[in-house]
Amino acid sequence: MTMEASYLTVRRGPWSWLTTTDHKRIGVLYLAGILTFFLIGVTFGFLIRLHLLDPSAGLLPNETYNRILTLHGVVMIFLFIIPGIPSVFGNFFLPILIGARDVAFPRLNLLSWYLYMAGGLLAVVSVAVGGPDTGWTFYVPYSFRTGANVTWPLTGAFLIGWSSILTGINFVATVHRLRDPRMGWWQMPLFVWASYATAWVQIIATPVVGILLLLVLAERFLGIGIFDPTRGGDPILYQHVFWIYSHPAVYIMVLPAMGVVSEVIATFARRTIFGYRFIAMSSIAIAAIGSLVWGHHMFTSGMADEARIVFSFLTFLVAVPSAIKVFNWVATLYRGSIELSPALLLSLFFVALFAIGGLTGLMLASLSTDIHLHDTSFVVAHFHYTMFGGAGSVFFSACHYWFPKMFGRMYNRKVAYAAIALFFVGFNLTYMSLMVAGAAGMPRRYADYLPEYAPYHHLSTYGSWILVAGVLTMIGNLVVSMVRGPKVPANPYGGKTLEWSIPSPPPHENFVGEPDLSHGPYEYPVEVER
Amino acid sequence: MNTAAPEALSHVDPEANRIGMWLFLLTEVLLFGTLFIFYAAYFRAHPADYHLAAGRLDRWVGAFNTVVLLTSSLTMALAIHAVRHGARESGLRFLLATVSLGLLFLVVKGFEWSHKFEVGIYLNSDVLLALPQGQILFYGLYFTMTGLHALHVLIGMGVILFVFARVRARRETPSLVENAGLYWHLVDLVWIYLFPLFYLIGR
Repeated sequence: MTMEASYLTVRRGPWSWLTTTDHKRIGVLYLAGILTFFLIGVTFGFLIRLHLLDPSAGLLPNETYNRILTLHGVVMIFLFIIPGIPSVFGNFFLPILIGARDVAFPRLNLLSWYLYMAGGLLAVVSVAVGGPDTGWTFYVPYSFRTGANVTWPLTGAFLIGWSSILTGINFVATVHRLRDPRMGWWQMPLFVWASYATAWVQIIATPVVGILLLLVLAERFLGIGIFDPTRGGDPILYQHVFWIYSHPAVYIMVLPAMGVVSEVIATFARRTIFGYRFIAMSSIAIAAIGSLVWGHHMFTSGMADEARIVFSFLTFLVAVPSAIKVFNWVATLYRGSIELSPALLLSLFFVALFAIGGLTGLMLASLSTDIHLHDTSFVVAHFHYTMFGGAGSVFFSACHYWFPKMFGRMYNRKVAYAAIALFFVGFNLTYMSLMVAGAAGMPRRYADYLPEYAPYHHLSTYGSWILVAGVLTMIGNLVVSMVRGPKVPANPYGGKTLEWSIPSPPPHENFVGEPDLSHGPYEYPVEVER
Repeated sequence: MNTAAPEALSHVDPEANRIGMWLFLLTEVLLFGTLFIFYAAYFRAHPADYHLAAGRLDRWVGAFNTVVLLTSSLTMALAIHAVRHGARESGLRFLLATVSLGLLFLVVKGFEWSHKFEVGIYLNSDVLLALPQGQILFYGLYFTMTGLHALHVLIGMGVILFVFARVRARRETPSLVENAGLYWHLVDLVWIYLFPLFYLIGR
């Protein structure tokens, strides 16, 4: 350990945090913001499930239910799962992993945090002033006709979009310009590859939804007519443009998660990652093919059969690079010296839950089954398996994996295991019940249901209690350990990537001397044949 | 131990600034591109209405504004060239000329819009809503796209004035003037597409 002050102690006081341009501090600011909004989103979700335990009790009036349902989606997607891994762990670790001392545009980085917070507050506060009742997709024509307040959340989402674009631009420029000259493209850690691919998707997809949301506002207040069927506008066109962004957004959520999983599995299997180039290139392939599959959200909206077949085929195709990753991870684990740490356990949950999410995705991508499953709670379960069970698990995996590096302390492992067990059981109970109910015909989004669906809803609500208990225990454990946890050395896991070569928590300028690039990111000792 | 460590690490990398600017321009292209998709989709549905509605825009005013913006791109390029070669005074003059031409563009645009308002054609107006659907859409897109473009001209003028102040104070970085120029050229380029699509398809 050196005597140099860590990034946490180099300056003190709230003002030093609110004006910081240090990428590590901005990562921590994002962590605070994102966890806050996540807990708000959890509260909304918890209320939805509580209401559905017995709709006749009328816990939430229908209007309120619609608003909470909408805000649950808006908060979880725009404020938690999209920015989660790139903004927190990308900001904190991307520069360190490539041997840089900061991102390319530090001040722009701080600006993007403020845009994120401003947008987030606008969206969340809107629930108190007649918030949106449109669902998070803001489909027209309802979204410009409803009497509810859609202005605030739309403006909020627009600001968050800009925050996302600025982060993307920052990361692309950083990887190109600030990478240590001794580190070639094929020596970059896989998390960097994944973040790089994600940054491109952020840059290319987000402006489209940005202008689209503004157009909804323009339609609402100025009446330009392009979404209004009475003036010749076409609501289907809105859906196309919306999903041109929002489907790639799914990959903004999942790609960085896949990057984290690659790091975590290599570190805790103590093995060179299997198929490095395939994992790196499959990220790019997912980003590329994933940009061309948006139509699968609209199979029942009205579309030419030829288009439906092409979109269905491309959707099947995107499963290939995803599967390549899964096979490579499993091959990395094979004959590794596995340490089943909380971080690895959560990453393995990702592989399992994402596989369920992915396979149910193929059912939805099949044109004929989709007619039956469309707009049922099967879809809800499917995307919660990919987004929450998938990307959400990895967000927490990354929290556990990098916690000692970020805060210089270790969390309580026993509590972490207990929380993870609750999380896993609660998660599957909550969403598997919805999946079965959906296959049996339960429509999504409704505030009420027929009596034959009651058992599924009861199970799902019980599951949500276990799930919330798990999530709160997990976050509580991490927050308490920030202050109380035992101090850890620079490299508690024996990891090989650059962040483990510097003190925990890192010094203000990341590296005391030259970054140590004497070995590659996954150069573990060769295993002796037995 | 250093208690008053400097917060910002001073690295100025003109190449990174250029990459950042080009990526930002890409997002702008996608932003306008989305609107062009709307334009194209409704053009396909209502070609005759587009034709009629476009015929009622004054193509000479549009052509004049095109010349104004193209000239402003020239003065911007000359400003970059001058500053790069140390001719600070003439660089400042060219920057001012660029802003003035931008202002002229907006004034002409303003007269053009207000003339349309006088004959009752504005968003949500009774006159407009009495027209066939294809023409409502055409004018809806016309006001949206030229309005958004005018907003970009305004922002571009602000950026150039900022650059002007920096250059006068001798505090510009190598990439600053160039990046402002790139933005201004993009604004010009968008107009190059708006002009034929709105003014010339009526003939």
